[in-house]
Amino acid sequence: MRHTLAVLVENNPGVLARVAGLFSRRGYNIDSLAVGRTDNPAISRMTIVVEGDDRVLEQVTKQLHKLIDVIKISDITADEYVDRELVLIKVNAGPEKRGEIMQIADIFRARIVDLGRRTMILECTGNEGKVKAFEESLRPYGIKELVRTGKIAMLRGSRYTSINTNGSREDE
Amino acid sequence: MKKSGAQILVDSLLEQGVDTIFGYPGGAVLPIYDALYDADIRHILTRHEQGAAHAADGYARASGRPGVCLATSGPGATNLVTGIANAYMDSIPLVAFTGQVVTSQLGKDSFQEADITGITLPITKHNYLVKDVRDLARVIKEAFYIATTGRPGPVLVDIPKDVSSAQTEYEDPGPVNLPGYRPVLEPPAEQLNRAAEAIARAERPVIYAGGGVVYSGAHRELRRFAELILAPVATTLMGLGGFPGDHPLALGMLGMHGSKYANFAVCECDLLIAVGVRFDDRVTGKLESFAPQARIMHIDIDPAEIGKNVRVDIPLVGDVKRVLSALIERLEAKLPGAWQEKIQTWKKEYPITYEENGHLKPQHVIREIYRVTKGQARITTEVGQHQMWAAHYYTYTRPRTFISSGGLGTMGFGLPAAIGVQVACPDEIVFDIAGDGSIQMNIQELATAVNYDLPVKVAILDNGYLGMVRQWQELFYNRRYSYSELVNPDFVKLAEAYGAVGMRVEKPADVRPALEQALATSRPVLIDFIIEREENVLPFVPPGESLDRMLG
Repeated sequence: MRHTLAVLVENNPGVLARVAGLFSRRGYNIDSLAVGRTDNPAISRMTIVVEGDDRVLEQVTKQLHKLIDVIKISDITADEYVDRELVLIKVNAGPEKRGEIMQIADIFRARIVDLGRRTMILECTGNEGKVKAFEESLRPYGIKELVRTGKIAMLRGSRYTSINTNGSREDE
Repeated sequence: MKKSGAQILVDSLLEQGVDTIFGYPGGAVLPIYDALYDADIRHILTRHEQGAAHAADGYARASGRPGVCLATSGPGATNLVTGIANAYMDSIPLVAFTGQVVTSQLGKDSFQEADITGITLPITKHNYLVKDVRDLARVIKEAFYIATTGRPGPVLVDIPKDVSSAQTEYEDPGPVNLPGYRPVLEPPAEQLNRAAEAIARAERPVIYAGGGVVYSGAHRELRRFAELILAPVATTLMGLGGFPGDHPLALGMLGMHGSKYANFAVCECDLLIAVGVRFDDRVTGKLESFAPQARIMHIDIDPAEIGKNVRVDIPLVGDVKRVLSALIERLEAKLPGAWQEKIQTWKKEYPITYEENGHLKPQHVIREIYRVTKGQARITTEVGQHQMWAAHYYTYTRPRTFISSGGLGTMGFGLPAAIGVQVACPDEIVFDIAGDGSIQMNIQELATAVNYDLPVKVAILDNGYLGMVRQWQELFYNRRYSYSELVNPDFVKLAEAYGAVGMRVEKPADVRPALEQALATSRPVLIDFIIEREENVLPFVPPGESLDRMLG
């Protein structure tokens, strides 16, 4: 089973290497890892998607907790959350195909962010399923290049993952 | 007040109560060595950085205080790696300082540059590269705090040369603030009640105690706990001395090289109380058949150890000393019954013993070391057969008296560790029990012992083989002794060349006089005991077998 972890870490040099190294060293497979600063510049947030049964997940969580820079880990898999990925796709787009591709972009609420003589770059955000469907629908035109950010996720409603919640999520 | 980085380091060490460091100078640490020249800190110059790390490790194991070592950048730093990994595997509080090339040269493959924080990422509890001298005091304070609290472990601080020479307006870093690091010291009351209930109900309890007992200073609590519930106590290699080896409830070691009665007890117990242990594969043998009839209770300060290797029914995350004290308060004394009787019968039926045949036996040498030191010595070991004989045939009644590389199994550990132990305990007898293979991995440290008048004694159990390798080749590779036979130097002459006393013993009758003579001298002594060549460590659970399937 795939689990989605929201991990708050101190924004120190090498913290990504520590987290990634921990996974590879212990033979756990990361499906996706997205990292960026939070509103507090001293703290970064990682969204880690990891594959494994409950036993693997328990070990992953405990081992992550051992890292001094890791402040908090929440497994949000079982909760209601919003998740997004951003994808940029450069696709073959001669003048005769542009109309079709723009229609597809419309359906997926994607944006055209660059137009070349024979290519287009499209930007799309959504959950994994949407991004995958978008990619599939562009595949017949010939994808020249594709880049995805990995998944970021946030709990729905008034609950949140922050360092102030002292280890448990709470209502505002 | 302005201070240099090197001065901040020295002052921080003094503030941490550090009286001794083990190290080796080099270009990138010259500012630090210059500051040490006037400092009230004893510096022991080892002959190899690996020796410095092991000596600091031995110092920490014997004293309970953090060990400190210092090396220069590049090869100096990488030479520490084995010593750091060794401390990591055995949870030893060690703070390693390394010099680094100047910050402007970082990442350019400069002369004597190595990415030591990258290299030691998986073998340190935490590490730092200090790029700004203003961070140095805070980092050092954090390093000692992390190394010594929670589950202890090594911390490395890498200091570029321009940082140690830079001047800054010194400011006290204030209290340590690490939001992600809060060791749990005591489990919740309801969990303790549940554990106490399970112990009260158990009919055949066994305690399995490890290094956590020693590190937490819980040996008195463990003894009270065991006596209260009349549970026999098996210890890991790291746990030796955590429970008195001569106590009627003592089972000695369990696992691959454990006693038969310890392993039988684990196989038949209905409650296994694991205290400060990590269920190493050398202890559990085949996991599916480990303690098959038992509920497993696990007391450990590191939550990640709970359920890592075996299923745990009753987890108790906390400091061993506090948890045991809390349990003792909740328990009533038990009365002896059939289980205690059975254990005593096993102990009588399957004693750990060897066959005397007139030749010089390693077990005999260790028994004699025990007799002449009256069981009061601090024993260090290298790794191999001699290590297991030292575990079996010397009786450890106090914690921190058996000092051995358990997790990593580092050959070459014993002699430098003995130096660290002797520095920590200047008035005690320190014996390194060694093999002829292992001793040659760090024999250069004899020079350190001589240099600083550290009267360590080295007993080489010399069989001309890498003994444990040979034993496995005999048992599992049809006696094909592939590259395990050694051509050795004359150890006596070698000892003398270093300025130590060298002796050789070939007959059982000469063991005692040689040992007495060694103890009578205040100089380092090396005794080369030429032992029976193909003696094996028994009993022995073959790898991957269950604990009741023992050879010997």
